[in-house]
Amino acid sequence: MANETKILRRQAIKLDLYAPDIPQVFLDWFGKRGWQPRPHQLELLQRSQQGDSTLLIAPTGAGKTLAGFLPSLTELTARPKRKPGERHRGVHTLYISPLKALAVDIKRNLETPIDEMGLPVTVETRTGDTPSHRRQRQKLVPPDILLTTPEQLALLIANKDADRFFADLRFVIFDELHSLVTSKRGHLLSLGLARLRHLQGELQTIGLSATVAVPADLQRWLVAQNVGDTNVDNQAGLIVVEGGAKPLINILDTRERLPWSGHSARHAVGEIYDTIKGARTALLFVNTRSQAEFLFQNLWRINEDNLPIALHHGSLDVGQRRKVEAAMATNSLRAVVATSTLDLGIDWGDVDLVLHIGAPKGASRLAQRIGRANHRMDEPSKAVLVPANRFEVMECKAALDANYLGHQDTPPLRPGALDVLCQHILGVAVAGPFQEDALYNEVISAAAYAELDWDTFERCVHFVATGGYALKSYERYAKIKKVDAESGEWRLTHPRFAQQYRLNAGTIYEAPAMTVRLLKFVKRDGKGIAATRGGRSLGKLEEYFLEQMVYGDTFMFAGQIVRFEGIRENEAIVTPTVSKDPMVPIYAGSKFPLSTYLAEHIRAMMADPEKWQELPLQVSQWLQIQAQKSIIPTVDQLLVETFPRGEKFYLVVYSFEGRLAHQSLGMLLTKRLERARARPTGFVATDYCICVWGLDDLGAMIADGRLSLAGLFDEDMLGDDLEAWMEDSFMLKRTFRQCALIAGLIEKNHPGKEKSGRQITVSTDLIYDVLREHEPDHILMQATREDAATGLLDIHRLGHLLARIKGQIVHKDLEQVSPLAVPIMLEIGRETVAGEANETLLAEAAENLISDAMTV
Amino acid sequence: MSDSPNSYSWTLKGRNKSKRKSGKSLSASLDDNTLMAQLQTNLPMPDLFTAAAFKGTCIHAVNGEELVTDCAGVAYWPAEQALLVADLHLEKGSSFARRGQLLPPYDTMVTLKRLAGCLEKWQPRRVIALGDSFHDQEASRRLPVDAVQLLTGLLKGREWVWITGNHDPTPPEGLGGQVVDELRCGALTLRHEPQVDADAGEIAGHLHPKARLVRRGRSVRRSCFAVSRSRMIMPSFGAYTGGLNVFDPAFAGLFEERKFHALMRGDGQVYRISAADLS
Repeated sequence: MANETKILRRQAIKLDLYAPDIPQVFLDWFGKRGWQPRPHQLELLQRSQQGDSTLLIAPTGAGKTLAGFLPSLTELTARPKRKPGERHRGVHTLYISPLKALAVDIKRNLETPIDEMGLPVTVETRTGDTPSHRRQRQKLVPPDILLTTPEQLALLIANKDADRFFADLRFVIFDELHSLVTSKRGHLLSLGLARLRHLQGELQTIGLSATVAVPADLQRWLVAQNVGDTNVDNQAGLIVVEGGAKPLINILDTRERLPWSGHSARHAVGEIYDTIKGARTALLFVNTRSQAEFLFQNLWRINEDNLPIALHHGSLDVGQRRKVEAAMATNSLRAVVATSTLDLGIDWGDVDLVLHIGAPKGASRLAQRIGRANHRMDEPSKAVLVPANRFEVMECKAALDANYLGHQDTPPLRPGALDVLCQHILGVAVAGPFQEDALYNEVISAAAYAELDWDTFERCVHFVATGGYALKSYERYAKIKKVDAESGEWRLTHPRFAQQYRLNAGTIYEAPAMTVRLLKFVKRDGKGIAATRGGRSLGKLEEYFLEQMVYGDTFMFAGQIVRFEGIRENEAIVTPTVSKDPMVPIYAGSKFPLSTYLAEHIRAMMADPEKWQELPLQVSQWLQIQAQKSIIPTVDQLLVETFPRGEKFYLVVYSFEGRLAHQSLGMLLTKRLERARARPTGFVATDYCICVWGLDDLGAMIADGRLSLAGLFDEDMLGDDLEAWMEDSFMLKRTFRQCALIAGLIEKNHPGKEKSGRQITVSTDLIYDVLREHEPDHILMQATREDAATGLLDIHRLGHLLARIKGQIVHKDLEQVSPLAVPIMLEIGRETVAGEANETLLAEAAENLISDAMTV
Repeated sequence: MSDSPNSYSWTLKGRNKSKRKSGKSLSASLDDNTLMAQLQTNLPMPDLFTAAAFKGTCIHAVNGEELVTDCAGVAYWPAEQALLVADLHLEKGSSFARRGQLLPPYDTMVTLKRLAGCLEKWQPRRVIALGDSFHDQEASRRLPVDAVQLLTGLLKGREWVWITGNHDPTPPEGLGGQVVDELRCGALTLRHEPQVDADAGEIAGHLHPKARLVRRGRSVRRSCFAVSRSRMIMPSFGAYTGGLNVFDPAFAGLFEERKFHALMRGDGQVYRISAADLS
């Protein structure tokens, strides 16, 4: 695919086609600044003027934003002035970005050329922060260019005046499209775009994106599908700007001993600090919040030069985050430790070095993050990768190679989620009555829903109307109703459902979180924390995390170690502590699973001893000892090792398919081993391998044929076993909650109630149990299973693995743990599978043991 | 406290007395067949009880009256051959539907079927529903036909008492059963809402108690019976009913500070956990 796009580009250059109609004032402005419009900017303008929709793929610093707005700006400049008394025009250009901060930033960047050229163009933002009086005014007098987010678009189209508001719409620009399309947000946006096309058939789209694996997916996304009778695959045009200078990437070759496992990179903190000292401003990326906290804390411990080093992640107090961003913009920081919150968008100061701590998990993610350094295209970005353990060294090497090859491993697009569709249908009804046939055609014009069949669509409509239950007892409570049985026209039954919709629209539902408040000290009375006031908000943490804490536990948050005092009125109260070692490791492995592409490369790297020379000595020696003591599997093989240790017997599977697929596989293997009477007692999964342990000698069982590895890994495990396990899994309940919220079965916010959703709604776990018992095929159950299979459980990848290893399993029975198994053995006890062993905990604490009861 | 009126012949008399003196709780977990065999040889018991019925239960005495708590969320009172159940909240689903949250309309059937299972197991002569049996005033009129049939079947051949609750202050229509605001029986007083100054022997519902245990960085939350020697707050039984932590201010004054137990509902087992160990 990459080749194809390159060819396209070359042809375009050769033909020298771009002679777009560009107003003199623009040429003058470029000239005054000593600039030339870049070829891709002119090309995009030309195509737009021809009436085409276009996807522009370009690296940061290529002038993507200006390119995207050039068609609008030139057209608006040429538009005749509104005569007095003439009606206000609707929005001309809609710009949609994944971050509201980005919308605000773009406004600033856009106003400069508009002011300098004196263009008759108004630009405004509309985000969750926009005050209501301005929203009202925007509806009456829309700006020419409106910068907004997907959630706000959903609200705008679910409005009676939407047709007037969008009557003059010409362009819709999607920024960072690659990051939008992969999620449910992207599904909702895709439906929103279909609705915009319904309101204004002539509109053109412009997609701005970083490099992706399959550009055609995005090209389809930008234009209507299923148009007319033919099944022509509609695609927007494509312009690709090749990356500028290749980045300079190094893997930190540590002088310290490389850890076997863990993700903290504790060993390299000194070297990281020295690297920061050598840079003007460094951006330090980590994968999780806990890694960020840990690294920040440890850097400050050795920060003898008092370098201004800051911390930035999504749980921190917003005010605190804005301060860090402002300080970066003025170049007053030397380093920022950040999670994916800084992956996207905004130009902040002169970052000249990116450090990636821990493995990047995907080649595209790494490329994106490295792109954060140095926003000038012609100068190379500089980056240093800091692997936190031995497997990560190989992963970093694979990512580095991929980066030089320009290989992309962005995840494939999923078909649109049904819960999102349900939400959208209600939104459409809020705007006005709809014809079901017409809406179906509109929905399947959205790329994400192009494959949706009528039957499923109809079930979604019925879900919105009455819950869609087989037991039709809610007709009288219907939210939307058919005007009469024949017509196929649906109407909202009561305006309060419109209000309900507006309060709950959107697809981003985070786990319930609580504010963490820091007090200097806490007075306690018999009942816990006495009423206290004041204190500073440090940010928000998930309830499920805080639930696991008891009074006196210490943990790292917002760059300090704090002591948990208790929960008071929906806030977690903490106090400062002198403790140096937090008792509760806020550790959760990597958030992103290892990409398939990197996994393949790691397998290839391991299988080829010649490639070991490119690895640090500690790693190549480790592999050499593995070759002596056990086996190094070939690229196609699946190595399974068995060995005893202590009282238990272990089975380690080196499958390299990412943590999510491994967790699913671990669960299924355990079930099968149970059935084979091998008495498994637990398992742990990492990105690289799975370890199952039990009370029986698994190696001996395999050797004498009581246990067949081929049978154990047979693809049929994805049948009944999977079904049985999934239905019961806590992960399915978690997914169900999301689906129920998005589809509108339960509300996050209820009109007139200020309390959090929790108090006024029924727990989704209870709903799940009831629905599963009585209507397991309900549309929401279907949506939940589809979600879980692709997301949390990664069943798709697991299926590929099982197919790949058929007949390729090699077993090595060992006397003791192998070098390759050491990392995962160290994870035992550190990583647990949630939802397990709760009964054991209860039993431990219970006083009702027989001995207690019977002794007097 | 020592000798309850109406004390039932089934109590472990000799053993109990020594236990009471030492201040220890009477409760025992009968999760083992040998233990049951032992108990059965020592005690006269209704024939219908097999070891299986007691498996995983926890016996707790309130004001001297022994109650068998079942992990299904009901309590059996052998002295009265009565089954106690609280907060059924029937038709909670349709009650939400009226306000625009179209929850699955199966909660009543799920709740009643679970209750039917408990009746099958304990074969009680009386059933006492401790209030909030119906989620709202009109709920009994909204019951689906099959739910009415099932419920009628459950009421048949036994005494049934509906204690009124804040959700259902008026008696249900046409379902049978007695409606009372409060019931005194043996050494116990059964009512919906617990009262801070109640005499010893109060059995109530209303609060939907739930307890949380944190151990080794993990947290388990379960609905529970909150119990002391003088009172028991029953867990809520309805399929759509959530819980309230036993340390919530709503429980203030009902139990002595940390000196009570949560009989937490596990998987086939009731676990007796001291409040001192809960979070």
